[in-house]
Amino acid sequence: MSDVLPHHRNPFWPITLSLVTALLLNWLPWHGWLLALRPDFVALVLLYWSVYTPHRLGIGMAWAIGLLCDVADASLLGQHALAYAVLAYGGVTLRRRIRMLDLAQQAIQGFPMLLASYLVFGLVEWLVRGEFVWLYLLGCLTSALLWGPMTLLLQTLSRPRARSDVL
Amino acid sequence: MENAQPVRFFKRGHSATTRFVLFLSLSVLLMGVDAHFRYLENVRYGLSVLVQPVQQLLVSPGDWLRQGREYLYTQSSLIRNSELLLRQHEQDKQGLLRLQSLEAENRQLRKLAELRQSVEYSSQLAEVVYQEKDVFRRRVFLDKGAQAGVQAGQVVMDDNGIAGQVTRVYPLLSEVTLITDKEQAVPVSVLRNGLRTVVFGAGNVSQLSVRYLPISSDIQKDDMLMTSGIDGVYPPGLPVARVIRVDRDPAYPFARILCDPVARVDQHKFLLILTGQPNLPPKPELEVEKAGKSRKKKP
Repeated sequence: MSDVLPHHRNPFWPITLSLVTALLLNWLPWHGWLLALRPDFVALVLLYWSVYTPHRLGIGMAWAIGLLCDVADASLLGQHALAYAVLAYGGVTLRRRIRMLDLAQQAIQGFPMLLASYLVFGLVEWLVRGEFVWLYLLGCLTSALLWGPMTLLLQTLSRPRARSDVL
Repeated sequence: MENAQPVRFFKRGHSATTRFVLFLSLSVLLMGVDAHFRYLENVRYGLSVLVQPVQQLLVSPGDWLRQGREYLYTQSSLIRNSELLLRQHEQDKQGLLRLQSLEAENRQLRKLAELRQSVEYSSQLAEVVYQEKDVFRRRVFLDKGAQAGVQAGQVVMDDNGIAGQVTRVYPLLSEVTLITDKEQAVPVSVLRNGLRTVVFGAGNVSQLSVRYLPISSDIQKDDMLMTSGIDGVYPPGLPVARVIRVDRDPAYPFARILCDPVARVDQHKFLLILTGQPNLPPKPELEVEKAGKSRKKKP
């Protein structure tokens, strides 16, 4: 039933590499509709690791990564940080429930968390600038759709192997 | 190793909720300070050294593609272009000659009248590195920063007119708020009759709006708006926008006036940063204070 596979005790390299890749994907020069439809790769990866290895990557790390995103997007310092902290908090507190579900159900559970994270981001934007872009909510949907494939990929890459040359 | 697991269970540290509340208050504090004061610019400056090289690297494949395409331009188009440019050059040369003589004449007249020499603006060319990926704001990043002597508040233009203003300076980059940004205001005067007003970004991609002009004001379609220069930031007499629509609805106190920016705000790859600052006579004490306050809010 459950697709959960055991992880390395200390999956340092998978975490680092997946985060760097997600940041690079997020920072590609997206524009217009593509930007609206772009899944938030960083949010997804943070959610994944906060669900599966909360002792390695928790709220603090998510917050710090959020600060980097703030500098990159020239948004208010702390805006992405807050949104990602909310996401990681959701992931850490609901991790036992999420780990029990299969992939489709996990995505359905993850969607409201991604949505909440974006709503927090949008709320700050609305308080400071008086605007809220509804179009970006589409990004939460595509992020949730990407949850399944990304989970499979990260689990394959980070589970312990009997022989290191066989996937 | 398996025995260690239950022991570690009790050493997890603070609960998730405690941590969350900690980071929640930290972010709220940071955002409050960042929105109202300028203390955090140094933090941003430091982190940008980490982030921006990566971002620049990510944009470069697009640049390579463009350069590749330029390399593959056919010869005929190059010849056609150079002919066009030559013709343009011939036309411009005459204008330039006339301008030189006019400039000399102007200098002489000014000397005669013992007027303050109007400032000579020097400029440096900068390339747009990338556009901000946020529809809330209209900003671009240029490849000249603090090391090239760029300062916040300097005016940015293209070959047609005013394009924006430098709002933040990083070591190697500078952030430019375009005039189409909703919060960017440019003091202008109507070329036809000298009516002074302020033009704001309309918030959408490519338009400007004049917000606080009574419906009875003398402004028409196709009027040119030039910088008035009375703010001491923008040099006077540079074209900013052309009025494209004027709605005078008696239900509202102000006319709804839409303008098109003269500068091709969303198309250019190269921009000029004006580095000279006008040396205006010192302002009276009280007004200096006021100006300082308003500048703090909007650099």
